Parts: sequence; C-alpha cells; structure tokens
Amino acid sequence: MENDKILALQKTALEIRLGIVEAVYNAKSGHPGGALSSADILACLYFSELNIDVNNPKWENRDRFVMSKGHSCPGLYSALALKGFFPAEELKSFRHTGALLQGHPDMKAISGVDMSAGSLGQGFSCACGMALAAKLNGKDYRTYALVGDGESQEGQVWEAIMFAAHYKLDNLCLIIDNNGLQIDGRVSDVMNTMPYESKLEAFGWNVITIDGHNIEEILCAFESAKKVKGKPTAIVAKTIKGKGVSFMEDQASWHGKAPNEEQYNQAMAELTAYKNSLGGNN
Amino acid sequence: MADKIATREAYGNALAELGEINKDIVVLDADLAEATKTCIFKKKFPERFIDCGIAENNMFSVAAGLSTCGKIPFASTFAMFAAGRSFDQVRNSIGYPHLNVKICATHAGISVGEDGATHQCNEDIALMRTIPGMVVINPSDGVEARAAVMAAVEYQGPVYIRFGRLALPIINDNEGYKFEIGKAIKMAEGTDVTIVANGMMVAEALEARKMLAEEGISASVINAHTVKPLDADTIVNDAKRTGAVVVSEEHNIIGGLCSAVAEAIGESYPVPVVRHGVEDVFGKSGPAKELIEYYGLNAKGIVEKAKKAISLKK
Repeated sequence: MENDKILALQKTALEIRLGIVEAVYNAKSGHPGGALSSADILACLYFSELNIDVNNPKWENRDRFVMSKGHSCPGLYSALALKGFFPAEELKSFRHTGALLQGHPDMKAISGVDMSAGSLGQGFSCACGMALAAKLNGKDYRTYALVGDGESQEGQVWEAIMFAAHYKLDNLCLIIDNNGLQIDGRVSDVMNTMPYESKLEAFGWNVITIDGHNIEEILCAFESAKKVKGKPTAIVAKTIKGKGVSFMEDQASWHGKAPNEEQYNQAMAELTAYKNSLGGNN
Repeated sequence: MADKIATREAYGNALAELGEINKDIVVLDADLAEATKTCIFKKKFPERFIDCGIAENNMFSVAAGLSTCGKIPFASTFAMFAAGRSFDQVRNSIGYPHLNVKICATHAGISVGEDGATHQCNEDIALMRTIPGMVVINPSDGVEARAAVMAAVEYQGPVYIRFGRLALPIINDNEGYKFEIGKAIKMAEGTDVTIVANGMMVAEALEARKMLAEEGISASVINAHTVKPLDADTIVNDAKRTGAVVVSEEHNIIGGLCSAVAEAIGESYPVPVVRHGVEDVFGKSGPAKELIEYYGLNAKGIVEKAKKAISLKK
C-alpha cells in the first residue's frame, strides 16, 4: 500500500477528530469517546472505500453506510462535512435547537445519512435489509455498518447476525468498534461480549480482527471482505475510546460528555499538533 | 349475506393479488406465515418472501432498510409482537424516518381465542396511534381488509393495519362501498345516539342499532376504520345531531378508538362519550365466540353502553 495514501488518510482521520471535538464542544453535549475511537475507520470508509457520489446522495447504486452506534454521529457528521455533503459550519450548531445536525443520525434531513439511528441494534438490522435489497435487485453495491461493543449486548444485533449469515449477505460488512468501554465502565465488567471471533464464526460469518487505528489494516480488511463469497464479513476493530485526545483516551467518563473550554483548547491543540507532525503534503 | 372470512385471510389473498401487479412488494414474516396468511404470497412469489424467524425486532428494522432501496415491505406477525415487542423498532426504524413500510399485524384482540392472554393484544391501536405519522387502520370485514391493503400500498409512508383470526360476515358488499384512508363511513343514520365502531364491532354495532330501534331508540352507526388520522368531522357532526356517543372496539377501552373519539369530541363538541371494549383486563383462553360473549364484545354490550350515553345527556 502506498505510504502517501496511508498518510493522507491519517490526516483525514485527524480532521474528522477535530470536527468531532468542535461539534461536541459547541453543543456542550454529545458523545466524543466513541466517535473518536472510530475516526480512522470513518476516514477509510468515506475517503477510500465507499463508492458514493456527494452530488447524488441518493444514487441507487451507491455503497451504503449505517452508523448503527448512532450516538457516535459527530464522527459521521464530521466525515460527511469533510466530504462535502453539507457545509462544515453545520458542525458548530450540532444539537442546537432548529439546527440541521440532530443528536443522532436523521436520514430525512441530513444529506449523506443512509439510515436514522440511535436506538441501539436497529441500524445494523436496517443495513442487513439494504444488503438484502441489493441481492433481490441484482445490484452490486456494498453495505457497511458500524456497531459498538456495548451495542452488541443488544439481542437484536445477534438476530441480525443470524439473519445475514442465513441469507448469505456477502455484500455486507459489519465493523465492530471494540473500544472496551461503555457508560457504566469496562464492557468486560458490565456484560462481557468477548470473544467476538469464535461467536461470529459460529454464527456463520467470516471474521477479521484488526487494530482499528491502523489505516493499512483497515484497508486490507475491507479488501479481504470483498473477496469472501457466500458469507458476510465482520471486522472486529480493537480501538481506544477517545483516541487522539490524551485525557479522553480509554476513559468511560468521556462516553457522553462535552469538553469545557480549557479541555476543548487542549484537545484541538493536541490534534492539530499531531496533524502537523505527520508532514507530507497538506 | 356472503360467507364469513377472517380479515387475516383477506389480507393474505390481497397480498398475493398485489404481488402480481407490483414487483416492488416484498413480504416479511417471523415464522407465522401459516397463521398470518402471508403463506399465500410465499407460495406464489417465494423469491420475494423473507422469513426472519422468531426475531421480530430484526424483521422490522430489516423492512426499514429494504424500504430505502426501492422495496415496499409488508411485514407481518401477531399484533402483540408487532406493536408490543417491536414498538421501539416500529417507532424508531420505521416511524421516525417515515419509511414506506406496511405493518400488517394479525391475531389482534380477544378473538385470538384459545392461545390466551399473552397473545390477545388489546393495546396495539393505542401504541401505534402514538407514533407521529403512522396511519392506523382496523378493517371491519374481508372486503374492507382488501381495500385497506390496496390503499396502503398507494400511500407513501408507514401504515399499521390490524387483522383478526376470527371469520367475520361480509358487511361491505354494497355497490357504493368506497375505502379511503382517513374517511369514516356512515353506515346508518340516527338521531338519539351515535355508535362509532371499527373492526369486528361494526357488524355488532349494526345489530345493536336494530335492538335499540325495537326500544324506540334511533342510533346512527359510523365505521371509523381509520383510527389515525381520525375522521373527527364525520364523528363530531353526527354527535352534534344525537348529543351522545358510544364507541365500540375489540381493544382496551384505554388508548384506542374509544380514546381517539373521546379526544375529538371533548375538544370540539363535548357530549357524553361512553366506551365499549375490553375493560382494562387481560384476556383469557377459550373459543373466540365464547370469549366474545364473556367479555360482552357484542351487540348487547353496545346497547347497554348506548343507553348509558343517552342517560348522561344534559
């Protein structure tokens, strides 16, 4: 894989992270932890993997992405803004009264959002429906869904996992943002969901485990997923909640809390400094 | 009068009929195809029938996803599970984004019979009615059931239709019959009391009207098949004439048609509204016909409540 491409995506991921912090700070509300943990995955999806057209958001042959862990929408919105689906200014009015960007994804109002989400477990089932529609319609678009590890405690997620294997949805890719934390603490303490690999394989899925912050691994996993026929692929991405902002990393308390002004300044400075340190063409 | 047919049967037939003319229709079920009668569609169009197994929550969200890709999904299971178990999915996956999914729930109400309380859903209308943008329909016979399905597919947006297990007489076989979402049908004129009913209670309401007439009481009968959007105008205009209303449904008296009518009357032309339905109790096992007598969900029960409404007139 070209180093230039990897570098570019690393920078994009940092831009997404800047947008996340901006949105949540301005809203004084929102979920930074789980958005930051999936920023690298989002960068790869929106700037490498997904076959979409910003000028035709409802293009019927587009690849679909569902942010099933809907509360991580600051990341989704940040990626969509960067891509040009709507003005980046909108991030500053996230969650404000009368604003475009709702606290959880709203497919009716927001260009680029393929499915509304928020009540955990549902988005992923919707993604299964989209993948099934492709099979029924003889279309070759792919459908991707991001599910949280806490979210995978919802029984519906496993209903959908059964369903996807049963209907051989090899055009579906599930990504699990395995950041190990949820509101009440470590996932392993609250309600253990591990190991994913053996569970998913038992359900009839192809499974790839990766470092969810390694651009090359993410891209390779997407490539591998496309080659597997007859069964859907799950990418179990080991991530760090709050990744990119030192004081948020691996802290359950940053699940759904906005930074104050001082914290905001520190976060933005860290992310900007890291972005600048990457070098290469800006 | 024609043969009796359960509205679930009419639903199954209507789906198969639609399948011929509309290639975008897909049907989902949760291991109840033989009961909901989606099996009729399944037999004709197996490639467009998706059994989701006993996993209703997934089914409704899958239907939502399908609807965003050019399909018109009809998703079926029992009313208890569609409106009850999967309320969150119906509200959040389908209702909130206002998706074009038709939730066709069978085995609603007491007339489920022997399966008993856990399966006798008397809350579905109440639940579905609280979802913004949801259309809620309770057809009164096989003719109306088919018409509701046809209207639902033309309508852009989420629709909930409840069907019953019990075979009902055809009461809408008159030539002028026309079904329109949101338009109540005045079945008979009267001057002393307005009977508003839907589903299986419409036939009982017509019977009650005859019984009341024998006692010199003139009752009008309105078939409010669409609970949401409610045709408040038709109902209120009749209430202005009679001064008393009785509402009858195969549902808890809390939250369904009874409540919808009481709300409309209370806000426009306050007159007594007496509710006739399941009186906030769980169902029981038994043959449907016996349960209907046991719970008073019949013409006699309506007559009693109609008289009460009249007695409350100022």
